[in-house]
Amino acid sequence: MELDIVELSRLQFALTAMYHFLFVPLTLGLSIIVAIMETVYVMTNRPIWRQMTKFWGTLFGINFVLGVATGITMEFQFGMNWSYYSHYVGDIFGAPLAIEGMMAFFLEATFVGLFFFGWDKLSKVGHLVTAWLVALGSNFSALWILIANGWMQNPVGAEFNPVTMRMEMTSFKEVLFNEVAQAKFVHTVSAGYVTAAVFVLGVSAWYLLKGRHIELARRSIAVAASFGLASALSVVVLGDESGYSASHTQKMKLASIEAMWETHEAPAPFTLVGIPDQEARETHYAIEIPWVMGLIGTRSLNTEIAGIDQLVETAEQRVRSGILAYDALMDIRADLNNIQPDDQLRFEQHSDDLGFAMLLKRYVDDPRDATEEQIQMAANDTVPTVWPLFWSFRIMVGLGFSFIALMGYFFFMSSFRGMRFPKLALQAAVIMIPAPWIAAEMGWFVSEFGRQPWTVDGVLPTAMSVSALSVGELLFTLAGFIIFYTVLFVVEMGLMIKYIRKGPYMDVDTTDAWMTKHNNRLATTPASELAPAE
Amino acid sequence: MILHELIGFAELRMIWWGLMGVLLIGFALTDGFDMGVGALLPFVAKNDTERRMVINTVGPVWEGNQVWFILGGGAIFAAWPPLYAVSFSGFYLAMFVVLAALIVRPVAFKYRSKRDDVRWRTTWDWALFAGGFVPALIFGVAVGNVLQGVPFHLTPELLSIYEGGAFGKFFGLLNPFALLTGVVSVAMLVMHGSAWLGLKSEGDIVVRARKYGSIAAIVAGVGYALAGVWLMTGVDGYAFVNEAVKDGPSNPLMSEIAKGGSWITSYADRPWIAIAPIMGFAGVALVLVSIRLKLEVITLLFSKMAILGMVASVGLTMFPFILPSSTDPNSSLTVWDASSSHLTLFIMLFVAAIFMPIILSYTAWVYKVLWGKVTENDINENSHSLY
Repeated sequence: MELDIVELSRLQFALTAMYHFLFVPLTLGLSIIVAIMETVYVMTNRPIWRQMTKFWGTLFGINFVLGVATGITMEFQFGMNWSYYSHYVGDIFGAPLAIEGMMAFFLEATFVGLFFFGWDKLSKVGHLVTAWLVALGSNFSALWILIANGWMQNPVGAEFNPVTMRMEMTSFKEVLFNEVAQAKFVHTVSAGYVTAAVFVLGVSAWYLLKGRHIELARRSIAVAASFGLASALSVVVLGDESGYSASHTQKMKLASIEAMWETHEAPAPFTLVGIPDQEARETHYAIEIPWVMGLIGTRSLNTEIAGIDQLVETAEQRVRSGILAYDALMDIRADLNNIQPDDQLRFEQHSDDLGFAMLLKRYVDDPRDATEEQIQMAANDTVPTVWPLFWSFRIMVGLGFSFIALMGYFFFMSSFRGMRFPKLALQAAVIMIPAPWIAAEMGWFVSEFGRQPWTVDGVLPTAMSVSALSVGELLFTLAGFIIFYTVLFVVEMGLMIKYIRKGPYMDVDTTDAWMTKHNNRLATTPASELAPAE
Repeated sequence: MILHELIGFAELRMIWWGLMGVLLIGFALTDGFDMGVGALLPFVAKNDTERRMVINTVGPVWEGNQVWFILGGGAIFAAWPPLYAVSFSGFYLAMFVVLAALIVRPVAFKYRSKRDDVRWRTTWDWALFAGGFVPALIFGVAVGNVLQGVPFHLTPELLSIYEGGAFGKFFGLLNPFALLTGVVSVAMLVMHGSAWLGLKSEGDIVVRARKYGSIAAIVAGVGYALAGVWLMTGVDGYAFVNEAVKDGPSNPLMSEIAKGGSWITSYADRPWIAIAPIMGFAGVALVLVSIRLKLEVITLLFSKMAILGMVASVGLTMFPFILPSSTDPNSSLTVWDASSSHLTLFIMLFVAAIFMPIILSYTAWVYKVLWGKVTENDINENSHSLY
């Protein structure tokens, strides 16, 4: 990889976004699990549920703060590293980010303080409402971010304005109800719920293995397994919905994920595993399941799914059409105060393909001067690198199904088998803790890497989106982020582990003191005199 | 398509210019005292209990307050994309430093109390100091640079190019005038933080806070006056060469701008804007008086008035400019040519009209719930539920 500003900006975005997304899914899900626990507390008035709320709430807090802090980086980064992108699509992309601030951030940030500090200042129901408002705020925030991201995948409700040299919104409704955004939102928040459910399940399983905090662990497992099962089913179903929408909105991404080099006659088979070979344009040792791809992608048996080769041909035509749009644009821009109607008409006929002409900017300053060979190269550039997509998608899906199995098993055991979990199952639950994070990161990778070479699909190439910075500046901030984020990660993990080890009490020292007293009391008091637990 | 034309493009731009001011002032008034408290932390508190008292005065609210800043950034992105693109990429390393400070600050609040270890806590104390002091300084420095004009130009494709090498760009920001505005900004927020501590804290902390608050108020007032004189005598203003087209397309290159003259002519054109600097000076003076009289609530209100006046005076003086270019004045961003489209501004206004009142009401409610001093007793009794 060459160290130019485009690659460095991409690397920085990928690192900071994926780092941010280590904390976000847990926030999304744990906020709801905590609110559920507190709801049970308020309804049953049993102290164990208050203790559970506080314990998982503490872990929520440790995680939440890094999600918030690293989110600021994301908001800054568009302007810092991607200023041409910000100029070019800010008219559409900025709105959901600002609305996120008004509708979501204020809500979660204002009430999260009250959640931690308001136990003695609010009534029980008042505090419960606070917990739900935090959960609501976090989830709203995901909604608006995914509307923004969905627009990058499927830029609807906007058109290019030659005078301002940018995309401008034509319909907020289309941006809002973008099918890609809606499917992504439910898929992503469900993934967050699964993450939190696996986390709660795994930590509780560890307590059961250690024979500690049994009451809390068993109740937590009951909550996590039922919440987790519903979410794991939802994440797979909505993932399928995303795949379906990709078959008509992002054909190239879908074909690349499947390593579908040629258009297959309908219904296309699904390649379970294989070794994609980009050079030869074929997949070696492919194991295929007939019909399945056609069913997932088109929900029919007779609709074709375009293969990569065919999509490259389409792209080539669009590059040629884009050159015409670029030509008209230059004529319009020659005198902005006196736009000729026929230039305007020519531009409008081809403006949908303008972005494809911009792909030529990598090879030639003026796309109108492009050679046949350069046009071919630009068309080929529309194919992302296939093998990382192919594999990360399969890892994600495989993990997705494993969560259904895990949650289904624990749901069954806790509902119908009296919570008698075999040791092996508990160990498996502990080992599974990192899995949802891996799946979530793979999911983002598929979504964002699969969109290459575009930042906004078909509209703005990644190579054009960056700021006019120097390599030195980018290296400096990249190094800064790596050092800074590594330190924060170590600190965060240290605290998480410390508080998990210490167990479900508001604080560590009193816990220790209490445990000593408690053990002492157990040792010196006859069993008959002991009050029930709590 | 028709609905958004109910409000004219020029009017929407005016409204969004005002709202940008509201958000930045909202940020300075709320998160401003958090930052001031952070910057004061090593000086007003002498032991761990005192430090925890100080931190817990802002403990439950800093997170909500910080959203004013995040929303400010988001609103600039949505309503003024060229401003967002030019300033964030142009002030690149300065932005990175602000970012580092703003990341470390939340973490410090949250993690400081999670271990008893002295070194652990001292480290986070200094992180809180930096998290308050550094952004306050850099925002002030940024304002000083914006007033002088910033060396950038826009290409015909409207890509922003900031003049200078990587580190030249950064150190170029630290010129004498900008450092002066940086000092004013720090002093202003320290004054605000000490007013907050006076209200929310007790004992020695309040005594020290009053002392630092008085010093900060004097520095802010004198520095503000000096900056005003400097602005009159040594800083070029900017102006449209021809009558500005107020509802034209957002392409900054389509208008001709001249550098020279003085910003102070704004006060001749629009005498009523003098109310802003008057509020700034009066606010600072009244803060000094009310600190003497130990009127805590009043001190905080006057401190707010001073900040409101000082921040507003910058925007009102420069209007309609929002980011002038010193090297290519025609690239300057103004209210009339650096906004989002008519439709986007309308939709954003619609959303803001619904949500801002809701936000203000629940924020007020939360402050009401948390009303009252953080006492030494609270700290000792809740040694683990508080920070």
